[in-house]
Amino acid sequence: MTPGLLALIVLALACGGFFLGRFRALQMVGKDLRLLHSLPGYYGQTVALFTGVPALALMAVWLLVQPIVIETRISSMIPEADLPQGSSRDLVMADVRRIAYGLDTILARGAMSEASLSEMRADLSDIRSRMADVGVALGADVQPSVFEAAKAWRHTTGLARVGMTAATLAVALAGFGFATFRIRPEFRARNVSETFLRWLLIAASLVAIGTTIGIVLSLVFQTVHFFQLYPAQEFFFSLTWNPKFGGGSELSIWPLVWGTLYVSAIALAVAVPVGLFAAIYLAEYASKKVRGIAKPLLEVLAGIPTIVYGLFALITVGPLLRDWVAQPLGLGSSSSSVMTAGLVMGVMIIPFVSSLSDDIINAVPQSLRDGSFAMGATQSETVKQVILPAALPGIVGAILLAASRAIGETMIVVLGAGAAAKLSMNPFEAMTTVTVKIVSQLTGDTEFASPETLVAFALGLTLFVFTLVLNVLALVIVRKYREQYE
Amino acid sequence: MTMVETPAPRSLYTADARTKARNAAEKRFRIYGIAAVAIGLLALVVLLSSVLGSGLGAFRQSVLSLPITLDAKALDPKGHRDPAEMAKATTVTYGKLITKALEAVVIEKNLAPGMKSKQIGELISKEAPAGLRDMVLANPSLVGTTITYDVLASGRVDGFFKGRVTMESAALDSNISPEQLQLADKLRAEGMLKLAFNPGFLTNPDASELRPESAGLGVAILGSIYMMVIVLCLALPIGVAASIYLEEFAPKNRFTDLIEVNVANLAAVPSIVYGILGLAAFINFAGMPQSSPLVGALVLTLMTLPRIIIPTRAALNAVPPSIREAALGVGASKTQTIFHHVLPLAVPGILTGAIIGLAQALGETAPLLLIGMVAFVKDYPGAPPEGVLDPASAIPVQIYNWTQRADPAFVERASGAIIVLLVFLLVMNSLAVILRRKFERRW
Repeated sequence: MTPGLLALIVLALACGGFFLGRFRALQMVGKDLRLLHSLPGYYGQTVALFTGVPALALMAVWLLVQPIVIETRISSMIPEADLPQGSSRDLVMADVRRIAYGLDTILARGAMSEASLSEMRADLSDIRSRMADVGVALGADVQPSVFEAAKAWRHTTGLARVGMTAATLAVALAGFGFATFRIRPEFRARNVSETFLRWLLIAASLVAIGTTIGIVLSLVFQTVHFFQLYPAQEFFFSLTWNPKFGGGSELSIWPLVWGTLYVSAIALAVAVPVGLFAAIYLAEYASKKVRGIAKPLLEVLAGIPTIVYGLFALITVGPLLRDWVAQPLGLGSSSSSVMTAGLVMGVMIIPFVSSLSDDIINAVPQSLRDGSFAMGATQSETVKQVILPAALPGIVGAILLAASRAIGETMIVVLGAGAAAKLSMNPFEAMTTVTVKIVSQLTGDTEFASPETLVAFALGLTLFVFTLVLNVLALVIVRKYREQYE
Repeated sequence: MTMVETPAPRSLYTADARTKARNAAEKRFRIYGIAAVAIGLLALVVLLSSVLGSGLGAFRQSVLSLPITLDAKALDPKGHRDPAEMAKATTVTYGKLITKALEAVVIEKNLAPGMKSKQIGELISKEAPAGLRDMVLANPSLVGTTITYDVLASGRVDGFFKGRVTMESAALDSNISPEQLQLADKLRAEGMLKLAFNPGFLTNPDASELRPESAGLGVAILGSIYMMVIVLCLALPIGVAASIYLEEFAPKNRFTDLIEVNVANLAAVPSIVYGILGLAAFINFAGMPQSSPLVGALVLTLMTLPRIIIPTRAALNAVPPSIREAALGVGASKTQTIFHHVLPLAVPGILTGAIIGLAQALGETAPLLLIGMVAFVKDYPGAPPEGVLDPASAIPVQIYNWTQRADPAFVERASGAIIVLLVFLLVMNSLAVILRRKFERRW
């Protein structure tokens, strides 16, 4: 039974449970509602919750754990000697899965019966051509042990599926029976279902924690794996980035960090003055009408997907800068450059600076302004000497958030900054960033266990820590600032 | 002791140098502010107009209307009109028929004396025979008749009419020659070759590097829709449940504080980190299939959750305590108060936040690249629920994919896809604005 159908059956059972529970409660008291502890719906609700939730939870866990268990069991069936030269166990297991899938297709087409399949042997029949018939392309001829593993994989997966169906239905029915038999007029159905519900709410809010743990674990594990394959001092104390997929790569983080910081610095140099002045103008000078139009329009900039900015950098800004600035000045002839990516990213983060600064300037108490005006200050003097100093911590927080955004930005730099890792001062040269290299190292068709691929996790961890520090700092500053005037 | 010097008395109507300087500074400051707002708005206008300018072309495509004789001898030699039997005629056969039809027209009107049939055939898209074949197989009775069929012109011919390909560039190009372009020009003068609306751009799957004319967004749009539906079904209930707990039930202690800081941080984690999580957790650890909409949707769900929780909490918080107190006062339990009274009043705010979060997820590219959605997918994913495990693409990833190709015709496609993406976002955001305007209550 497919998981989708199974889930539907469980849901149907839960629905039925609701009506049955309600009906049973009403029947017990002969329609005299006063004799029930809770409203009849709550009796139904307990049955529905006890039927559906544990069964679906079990199913989700089963689906998550099953492939891992099967993988380890089957993978031990293949002896070390049968692994082809230069291949790894992971690649062979991928073959096993594909053969199993191919066998399924052959059976589904009725080209072979289950019995003849179990007699089929890799050394007697040409598996490769039969697989090609059903659209499964295999790189080499199939080893007998691999084929046996594929058959076992098919068999175990089938068994596991039956097991999951049985277990899920058993849990659903058990919950159904348990909740139904608990129904008595004095049963506190409302309290029980409300407690149940509250645990569901808690579980939902734990997803956020789970995500963080997941991020940290997946980054840390693979980073440790990376440093087992590649010396850490090379990663931190050398200056060249030159991955070679044949081995012997030089993977230093510094050219990437330099590119990231350079692009972000240019972006902030654009976004901070523009965003800050725009925020001051909109908060202090603009009429209500202008503000009502300009503020949402500026925020549109934040709502545009980054791939759009990336394309803008690639087809408009890059060639423009190359033809009008870089080439006449003799600074380079590449259309993707730090300047291109920085300028476009600067435009993107203008609203991050302006919206948050605008809120913060608005939170400065009016009495400070009135006092300044009363002393004879002009409006700009008030802004410069009273409002900005008062709002400074909040504005710094806004800039830090914008900086973290700029450092983690991916698509603009992938399309605008180039791919060459360089330590150069020339802003019209193509450079690369941490995020660009994460994408390029993980999207190629490479073996997953090589240092060239795993370095992406080390880069990801660097990025995560970097942005985390900036975010926490910004949050603390902004929070403190808000308290100051509340 | 020195006397404090008093300034000479002067009229208040004449500004002194210092006042003038202060007023000038004031004026300058104001101009900086206007300039800043103007720069921001200008950037928006330039950005949108550049994308619109280069992308509108993708919605129009050069087509040749040709009278094609579907030769029964070539397509169905046995004459049974049985689709299974006719499937033996490959696209090569259909390609020859189309070329023959075009050649007949060219010779009849004497448009290109001396041009070889192969060169004439190169004006036609390599994808065109497949379309004709599908049509004939779906309707075998067409065999033996002559039909007028709109054939896609090749990408270079299309580029010529859109100004991308010139006579000079064609002279250097191995795929097209200036003579062929002159022929195309004459065909246009005859009214056979024209730019027509291109519905295929929205429905076709992606096409290979050499056939930009037939590349479309079909698979990407379908993949994006699958993902958005799953994200909505997962992120909205989980997000709302988490917000209700945090806002209404959670006791003030270290643990809930931890969750709160966590949520705030997750909202600011770079999206590519979620891609790494998806790759490591869902694909490598749990063994889910690469480039499937399900994995994409799970990654986007985790990314969208904090972006839904934050506005939902704000919406719950905005419901005045008097509502809660009134409900509690007439004997409702805490859960009843929240689910029967507070939550319904917060629904407009929650939906607005959810739609905006969903719009962000729709435009997100980086995490999807890492989970393999960047692969070339030419087959539509199957119908749900199994279809969510088939490989698919997504609109932003398709845009990225097209920018990586050499033929400039794909830049036009990418910009066109951005227009589609922006239309989706515009619709979603307007929905959010309308919801807010119409239902939001100010207490």
